[in-house]
Amino acid sequence: MDDILNVKDLHVEIKTHHGIVKAVRGVSFHLAPKETLAIVGESGCGKSISVKATMRLLPSNGRISRGSVQLEGRELISLSEREMLKIRGSDIAMIFQDPMTSLNPTMTVGKQIVEMLKAHRKDMSAADMKKRAVELLELVGISNPEMRYKQYPHELSGGMRQRVVIAIALACDPKVLIADEPTTALDVTIQAQILDLMKELQNKIDTSIIIITHNLGVVANIAKRVCVMYGGQVVETGNVADIFYRPQHPYTKGLLSAVPKLHEKTDKLHTILGTPPDLMNPPQGCPFAARCSHTMKVCQQYQPPFTQFEEGHTSACWLHDPRCHLEEGNSHE
Amino acid sequence: MSEQKVLVSVQHLKKYFPVGKKQTLKAVDDVTFDIYKGETLGLVGESGCGKSTLGRTIIGLYPPTDGHVVFDGQVMDGKQSAAVHKEFTRRVQMVFQDPYASLNPRMKVMDIVAEGIDNHGLAKSRKERDQMVIDLLNTVGLQQEHANRFPHEFSGGQRQRVGIARALALNPDFIIADEPISALDVSIQAQVINLFQDLQKERGLTYLFIAHDLSMIKHISDRVGVMYLGSLVELTTSDEIFDHPLHPYTQAMFSAIPLADPELENNRKRIMLHGSIPSPVNLGPGCRFAGRCPYATDRCRTESPAFKEVAPGHFVACHQVN
Repeated sequence: MDDILNVKDLHVEIKTHHGIVKAVRGVSFHLAPKETLAIVGESGCGKSISVKATMRLLPSNGRISRGSVQLEGRELISLSEREMLKIRGSDIAMIFQDPMTSLNPTMTVGKQIVEMLKAHRKDMSAADMKKRAVELLELVGISNPEMRYKQYPHELSGGMRQRVVIAIALACDPKVLIADEPTTALDVTIQAQILDLMKELQNKIDTSIIIITHNLGVVANIAKRVCVMYGGQVVETGNVADIFYRPQHPYTKGLLSAVPKLHEKTDKLHTILGTPPDLMNPPQGCPFAARCSHTMKVCQQYQPPFTQFEEGHTSACWLHDPRCHLEEGNSHE
Repeated sequence: MSEQKVLVSVQHLKKYFPVGKKQTLKAVDDVTFDIYKGETLGLVGESGCGKSTLGRTIIGLYPPTDGHVVFDGQVMDGKQSAAVHKEFTRRVQMVFQDPYASLNPRMKVMDIVAEGIDNHGLAKSRKERDQMVIDLLNTVGLQQEHANRFPHEFSGGQRQRVGIARALALNPDFIIADEPISALDVSIQAQVINLFQDLQKERGLTYLFIAHDLSMIKHISDRVGVMYLGSLVELTTSDEIFDHPLHPYTQAMFSAIPLADPELENNRKRIMLHGSIPSPVNLGPGCRFAGRCPYATDRCRTESPAFKEVAPGHFVACHQVN
């Protein structure tokens, strides 16, 4: 099947007072129709910036220095801002982390949905738009939608607000829905409701989803494929079962064992020593080399290539290189 | 359990905040429980359930509306002598949630950690004080040279270590940790949790560990208390509460935790709760969970359930559990 979204070799630089942060350094991922891709990683690994660059929503001090983003074969990087405005919201829509700040507090929620339709569906009449907005509220599981239509965000709970944000994102039937930490600000019982809603909606309206999260439980719940990012790069990608049951990259393994399991008793949590690299001066070799327990000389000097394991399961680590095993005896520190 | 010594006894503690002219927000409403010496008691609940307020009221950051805390046999009801109170402030310490907001940006780490030592006059000379701080920094995995830096020069995990060093400075018996890891990344969380556990083993500390991350609470706690809208609804050992939760809210909350295992995650039964937490302002009579509870009866809506011991060491507040 043809990919709906294809991101290749994306590089993003962010200018700060202290220097240029190379936040994203050669990220590639693709998204098949009706698929859910999770991008996981710690804060500062570049996961949010990567998808913001995909939507061309970078802050004014950020720029895409290299790479390509294709939506159904159409290149987005070279489009003008005017053309991008047409695509954002109608072809690709986004759900943000904090529903309190992503809604306008001075506008009723109904009006905020209609605003989206006004921008992209110019042929619709005002009455149709209102009808559609009420339908959307109903679709995202808000009871009594006619009444809610006239309410302001502060009158709704956190979970309800996130449902409204989802309704706005879905207003124009986007092909790709990008959710940036959509449940991080919510409580567990509400998080379960929102994740269920996203899965249910995906079946109903055939949209592809990219979800960004640092919560491995959320990944296990919703994703079909996973990209693990570290230090501005993708280090491992594969199906959800590959990543959870057959992780190959030392970082993925470390991340999985750092989370306590609810059904197992562990005395001590596995830790990854040290802290993530400074992307102002990114390491020359593997980004994880400084914290990895298997570091070799080659790791510090050269970036590891991707090695393929199963279909679609790749990992970038020098340990996978056959030559590494030959020299194992003398190159290990 | 009976041989264990009670270190902290929280008795009918209440904390109400006035909201507007006539309304009150009952953030903590009649909470009673004991914390044993050397244990970790985990406190979980959704945001707004009053778990942080409870922690802050126990340590005295908020004066209680009613009820009191008994610490090591001494009643802390505001009428205690100044000497008793000073000893309480030395023996009970707190680690805060946000390592960015809880350290004074204009003070060096040396002075942040030594503040308590100075207030209590625990060091005889400047040299002794500085040595104490350096020892503390080493204990929490930081180096001597970190003492002369400012908080902004540290990462989140390192700052939380400074916060822990500050709490340890007075050689306390009891530490209240209010969401100490929720602002940190997964790999850093594990480092800080292991530090908490090592310190407990070395120094025989007692913890009240407040968090909303249930898998972490299960990992670190001996006993777990669950709060809902200002009340404690269930309290028992960590294994018991995860294997045999009795309160419908506890059951629903545990079934909602996403597990980091796709097969388990997609094949288990979930108890879905409808609606969200009601506002804690001007609550009606009856069980606070009745509006969302799948088993609620008329009795639940009119009569508030007592917090009673249904099995040895297993407390629950629900009319449906006997």
